Amino acid sequence: MSNPHEAFREEAYELLTSLESSLLELEESPDDLEIVGAVFRAMHTIKGSGAMFGFDDISSFTHDIETVYDLVRNGELAVTGALVSLSLAARDQIKAMLDATCGGDSCDATRTEELRGAFRALLPVKEDASAAAPGPGKVANPAAALQRTYRIRFRPNREIALSGTNPLCLLNELRELGKCQVVAQMDDVPPLADLDPEQTYAYWDVILTTGEDIDAIKDVFIFVEDDCHIQIDLIDDEELLGTDSSYKKLGDILIERGDLTPDALQEVLRQQKRVGEMLVEAKVVSPSKVASALAEQQQVKEIRSQQQQKQQGGDAASIRVPADRLDRLVDLVGEMVTIQSRLSQTALGREDAELISIAEEVERLTAELRDNTLNIRMLPIGTTFSKFKRLVRDLSQELGKEIELTTAGADTELDKTVIEKLNDPLVHIIRNSIDHGIEAPEKREAAGKKRQGTIRLAAIHSGDSVIIEIVDDGAGLNEEAIRRKAVEKGLVGEQELLSRHEVFQLIFAAGFSTAEKVTGVSGRGVGMDVVKRAIEALRGSIDIDSVAGQGTTIRVRIPLTLAIIDSLLVAIGEDCYVIPLSIVEECIELTRADVAASHGRNLVRVRDRLVPYVHLRDEFAIAGPPPEIEQVVITAVNGNQVGFVVDHVIGEHQTVIKSLGRMYRDVQGLSGATILGDGKVALILDIPQLIQRAEQLA
Amino acid sequence: MAKTILAADDSRSILQMVSFTLKGAGYAVVEAGDGQAALDLAKKQPFALVITDLNMPRMDGITLIQNLRTLPSYKFTPILMLTTEAGETFKTKGKAAGATGWLVKPFDPEKLLGVVKKLIG
Repeated sequence: MSNPHEAFREEAYELLTSLESSLLELEESPDDLEIVGAVFRAMHTIKGSGAMFGFDDISSFTHDIETVYDLVRNGELAVTGALVSLSLAARDQIKAMLDATCGGDSCDATRTEELRGAFRALLPVKEDASAAAPGPGKVANPAAALQRTYRIRFRPNREIALSGTNPLCLLNELRELGKCQVVAQMDDVPPLADLDPEQTYAYWDVILTTGEDIDAIKDVFIFVEDDCHIQIDLIDDEELLGTDSSYKKLGDILIERGDLTPDALQEVLRQQKRVGEMLVEAKVVSPSKVASALAEQQQVKEIRSQQQQKQQGGDAASIRVPADRLDRLVDLVGEMVTIQSRLSQTALGREDAELISIAEEVERLTAELRDNTLNIRMLPIGTTFSKFKRLVRDLSQELGKEIELTTAGADTELDKTVIEKLNDPLVHIIRNSIDHGIEAPEKREAAGKKRQGTIRLAAIHSGDSVIIEIVDDGAGLNEEAIRRKAVEKGLVGEQELLSRHEVFQLIFAAGFSTAEKVTGVSGRGVGMDVVKRAIEALRGSIDIDSVAGQGTTIRVRIPLTLAIIDSLLVAIGEDCYVIPLSIVEECIELTRADVAASHGRNLVRVRDRLVPYVHLRDEFAIAGPPPEIEQVVITAVNGNQVGFVVDHVIGEHQTVIKSLGRMYRDVQGLSGATILGDGKVALILDIPQLIQRAEQLA
Repeated sequence: MAKTILAADDSRSILQMVSFTLKGAGYAVVEAGDGQAALDLAKKQPFALVITDLNMPRMDGITLIQNLRTLPSYKFTPILMLTTEAGETFKTKGKAAGATGWLVKPFDPEKLLGVVKKLIG
């Protein structure tokens, strides 16, 4: 598009030319209102566009002439030869001013003032100069941070739609101002037969908490304020904050709004039920009015308690406790959970109804105690994020790179122990990104990227795990280099066919490093294999994806807690095993006939899909014949379904994880053990590892 | 699909600015040089919003608004008037004719977008 200033100038010159001929015509026929109108319009347009494109002097000068011609147009002033001459002079002056803006001779400002004075002299005394183009926009309110809560009742005129206003657009605009609750009042909507679809019957109560001032709210209704009933009341602000978070009672709110009389309230208060219900039953207010008042009550309460927390800075409301005491507490809760399951089992065995009901109560309380205790140990992951900021800053300076670390989801909570154990792997991954991922600024510029590289660290909740993503916009993994290296190290055969994903997985193999030179930052022989092992020790998983030239994404999935998990208890022969419930999708039956039909391929049909399965009885070499009908527990790890065949599925179980003794720590396929209600030990299956083992064997 | 807006103004520069601003925000814009041209265009296709200047040759903005409101398909269409006069009389006159809102010239592009958003979301 051409320069708008240029467009304005061109247009103005054209207008001035036609203005000149109009003025000359006007001299011939001073009574022709048509010509007066044309002169007025020319002036008007020059004024309007002039102000728009920053030609303020032209605009304000033209304003005075326009004012005079407005009077002429309305018959309050006669066209004289003198006025035409003056106008022609003014026209030349405007042209001179325009010329000056595009490098012509500078125009004579005193002449401008002279002409202006002459035009003003033509005006009646009560001229209103303030009508000159007002400045656009308003000054932003500097103290906008103060949160105030307003109650807005927006009752539009029934005809509002006929003027092209959509009330919903206005409500949406309010929503953008802050925390907002809208309650529609439909009392006035008539039955369908009487309803005129062109009319607006509904009206709205809005409770808005915003940092904007009341003018911003009024601005929303600027076009409709004359034909709508709009009432805006300040009902709460930070300065009014009391010591507790309670707020006015429902009845008081309704009375304050004029929806209810105090007498009517007293009348209904005599019966004792919830105020809202009583009022509605008594038909003194409609249910939607009560809903609206309740919305107000709730929002103000919420805001107040938030503010209180903010004021106390979270300090007064928390106490410091040595970590080992917490650990001890979690251990005790674990014991408790174990004992509780024993109690439940015993109670069921006794068939004593009273004992069973006590056991159930204990079960409920223990579950609550467990959740609360584990919650105590939850910390926002942001505490480690801030450490990484420093790391990135120092390392990038050392390596002469420009890197920005952005973080998201810092308030995502994880078990304290998990966060501690995550630190080293994350540091390693970020170091890798800085050292091998993000290129030097010059190299980035040559590749058409921003000089500054970005590393994004994000944590999000996903079911009972937290996913931590480390995304860089660096060079990405070099598929070919990884492959070459892997062949060199004898990890894969030269001719072996590997998918892109499989190639990337190779970097998790022991002692793998593709960087050509060893820097002080990374490449010290501690590779991604260590990272992977650390993550897996946390019962997590790690995945990598990369696009050459665009960057690398590493995704770490970590379970929320380590101590106690929900799981599925299964049995094979005499022994019980535990499968974490988070990865179990469903259980289906497997008959001898099914086994025979699959011709030893270990595939089972789940709806329309064939799912491979692992026969745990074979896997663990458990003696004895399997039952006639076995169960397949279908699990999903990294989006792949794999079934595990067991004898029986016993049911859900709260599992307190105990680590295995030193001797058994390296046994593949097991991640720990737990004690069952009857005192027996059940082994916890490490499903991802079992799947990996099965893949290797296949 | 982008919402289409009809903009009527006898000033090419204003029209250009309005058009540029709205197109930048993802709206489609059809331009008309005066009220009559705008009315003819409006009869041919529906618009989500009409933005009109008041002082225009052939047909002024108020007449355009009045004419549009008589068309069944423009009964509920938002109409925004652009005016150089800040006076109340113009707002009243415009509203009486059926205008939905107004914007005083000169305006900055942000303000125009704000108002357009208010009217058609």
